[in-house]
Amino acid sequence: MFLRRLLSRIATTLVTLFGVAVIVFAVIRIVPGDPVAMMLPPGATEADIARLQAFYGLDKSIPEQFFIWLGGVVQGDFGTSITTRQPVLGLVLSRLPATLELSVMALVIAVALGGLVALTGTRLRYTRTEGALDVANGMALSVPDFLWGLVLILLFGVLWPVFTISGRVSPNLAPEFATSFFLFESVVRLRFDLWLDLVQHMLMPALALAIPLAAIIGQLLKQSLKETMHLDYVTLARTKGYSENHVILREALRNAVLPTLTLIGVQFTFLIGGTVIIERLFSYEGLGNMAIDAVINRDLPLIQGIVLLFALLFTMVNLAVDLLYAVLNPRLRHA
Amino acid sequence: MLDGRSLVKRTAGLRLWLSAGWIAALVIGAVFAPWIAPQDPLMQDLFTSRLPPFWMDGAEPGYWLGTDSLGRDVLSRILYGGRVALIVALIAGTATALIGATLGLIAGYFRGWADMVISRLVDIWMAFPPVLFAILLIAVMGTGLTSVVVAIIVIDWTRFARVVRAEAMAQGAMDYVASAQVAGRGRMSTLLTEILPNVLSTIAVLLTLEMGIAVIVEAILSFVNLSVSTDDPTWGGMIAEGRLSIHQAWWVLVFPLVALFLTVLSFSQLGEGLKDRFDPVLN
Amino acid sequence: MSYLRIRDLSVVLRGTRHRLLRDVSLDVSATEVMGLVGESGAGKSMIGKAVLGILPRSARIVSGSIELDGVDLLTLPPRKRRTLVGRKAALIPQDPLTALNPARRIEPQITDRLVDILGWDRARARTRAAEILHDVHIPQPDRVLRAYPHELSGGMRQRVLIASAFAAEPRLIVADEPTTALDVTVQKQILKLIFEMQARHETALLFVTHDLGVVSKICQRLTVLYGGLVMEEAEVGAFFDAPQHPYSRALLAATPRHTDPDADLTPVPDAVIAEARRAVAEADLRWHT
Repeated sequence: MFLRRLLSRIATTLVTLFGVAVIVFAVIRIVPGDPVAMMLPPGATEADIARLQAFYGLDKSIPEQFFIWLGGVVQGDFGTSITTRQPVLGLVLSRLPATLELSVMALVIAVALGGLVALTGTRLRYTRTEGALDVANGMALSVPDFLWGLVLILLFGVLWPVFTISGRVSPNLAPEFATSFFLFESVVRLRFDLWLDLVQHMLMPALALAIPLAAIIGQLLKQSLKETMHLDYVTLARTKGYSENHVILREALRNAVLPTLTLIGVQFTFLIGGTVIIERLFSYEGLGNMAIDAVINRDLPLIQGIVLLFALLFTMVNLAVDLLYAVLNPRLRHA
Repeated sequence: MLDGRSLVKRTAGLRLWLSAGWIAALVIGAVFAPWIAPQDPLMQDLFTSRLPPFWMDGAEPGYWLGTDSLGRDVLSRILYGGRVALIVALIAGTATALIGATLGLIAGYFRGWADMVISRLVDIWMAFPPVLFAILLIAVMGTGLTSVVVAIIVIDWTRFARVVRAEAMAQGAMDYVASAQVAGRGRMSTLLTEILPNVLSTIAVLLTLEMGIAVIVEAILSFVNLSVSTDDPTWGGMIAEGRLSIHQAWWVLVFPLVALFLTVLSFSQLGEGLKDRFDPVLN
Repeated sequence: MSYLRIRDLSVVLRGTRHRLLRDVSLDVSATEVMGLVGESGAGKSMIGKAVLGILPRSARIVSGSIELDGVDLLTLPPRKRRTLVGRKAALIPQDPLTALNPARRIEPQITDRLVDILGWDRARARTRAAEILHDVHIPQPDRVLRAYPHELSGGMRQRVLIASAFAAEPRLIVADEPTTALDVTVQKQILKLIFEMQARHETALLFVTHDLGVVSKICQRLTVLYGGLVMEEAEVGAFFDAPQHPYSRALLAATPRHTDPDADLTPVPDAVIAEARRAVAEADLRWHT
């Protein structure tokens, strides 16, 4: 049962990824202007152009080009960046850790913040505090990450400049790292000076990404917590002598978390999508920032690679959440 | 007794009025921009660059919200930028609603292969980061109003399609639809007379929310300099410029940001308000 | 000396002056089984909930006292009250399908009170849980302890809940219509089990039910309620021979006898209802002035 579910989910994921590849390829094919001509100096001969076109496979028919390209992609060959003349895969992978670390940090903040809001709201339900929390939550929900980013820049970059609002790490510290997973590495190597510098750079963009998701988590989790608090097993736990806090945390939370979890999956992909503009806003050297540069420079192979990687990331997150849900739900697991 | 629920409810009306008021003010400001704007939004004058807003020392009369580093009047640029934002919201929002809702109705009511194709497309679309997708589309199509509108339709039609599909499926299962068909009515006429009126309120809510999203997408595109054009004043463009001179002239960033913030918040509050109005279960 | 002593307890619907319980007084002695009888809405469950401190948010105690083992619960600070009730009393809930937490295994749901409130160590609590499951005639207690609620039948879950209630050796058990949600075939076994456990552990038992037939079998005394007002309180033997209050007589006439299930049932006559209502109105009149 579980295995069948897993296999069918993997099959649909593959279909989705193929569709993504078709669309990415199609969008890029309709680009006006010859990318090869832009790369060559003005005095280039016809032969030069033909040679370069052959090099990039641009002289073949469109379906042929697609399958040649797709075949390469499946083997990990994403082509060569036009601007830097380096393999796309290497470029993209060098930036991926930065974006992953930012996304995961934002997710952690969102879960912590949203959980806190939901628990506080449940603990103080039917009071004024709950109402005020709801109104604030509604506002956080309806304003997107881009605007929160700007607000945070104003508040903590200008009015009260305690955080660095540009870059990923102080330039003088960058050579200290052996891998691209700066945050992870700083923790593993117990270099808390580096860790502090990283967090100081990441906190604002991560918070901007986290606020809307935190609001969604807060809203949904509180709603299901409040519903759970009326159930008989919660009442029974009260008769055993447990306090309100204990009842919320140990009896209600575990059951209330499940519906929130699936939602976090979809919303986490939105959050990762948001890194594109947030990285730009905070000059954070991740995939998103690279993507915008690539678009501006019309570096088509690089754009293809980045969009594909994002799509892969999104579908993987959805798949993982689906499976996690099946594992965590005891009814589903034993049925 | 005043409890949490009543606080949310009591302020709901007020928030709705404030939102509607802001949008109305914005519409008036945008429509009459050529008459109310105190200055030409494009006129550069290096002698009046980075003038502060009117209440600060060094302000010049006629430049109420100050000027940017090229000496252009911030208030006038906000008014003209509001034009771009509202036009995009209106055209892109409506077009997205039309296309997305049509596909959603087809998928949800006719089911079968149409549903399969549309649902699969929605799945594929969900795998794209929307902002990157929009930027990519503009890069391919070139900047301009049409490109911005097309980009918004392309990235956001799924928002309507998903919800309307689910709604149409639910309505299609209702007794009155079955009885309409038993009475010998055609599929198409049932769709238009029985299903569509019942999903219209949902579409209206989504459309209001979509306008806020269109405004923000336009702002993001103009922030990375890929919107209508590089010359026309846009809120996103102003914010991008203001971001660079934030330590010298904060007002260049703050005022367009406030305008954008309030507009996005207002559309969203209006949408939520409509949702409460239409959905008696919530009240 | 009664173990549970309720005096003039009044509960109102929050924000109104409408009373759900009207000056209820009640005594249950240390090893006694007291039946609480009435139609739905008579307030019989409300009494048990007030004792255990689980009244719904919409209900509020406005006057009276509830003494458990000589301590007035209503004057205690909430924290002390909770732990005192947790130590000395326990609930057998109505619906076994919803009264177990679906996300937790059976073992912690039985042992949590022993460990957290009574301060036992885990090993001892675990042994006790297996032992008490054995007492309620559950075969393979160790397997059940590891199970999730949805793996057990309704009857099994009710046995688990009964075991859980008795595990900490409470002195008072409140059973709130413990068989209404169960299959008729299981009902009898569960009733027998509750009575058996009560006798073995010598606890006081407050048995909330609408079924006079059940009361006649397992209770020593009973209290009849109408509209949150005590109509009659009597020894079971005396009551079934000669109920004093007209409402009690009518209620008894409306109950199917196990001895003669085919006998005609008389619905409670309107005149009796009117008289009961008058009693309620008079009580309110005294209360409001």
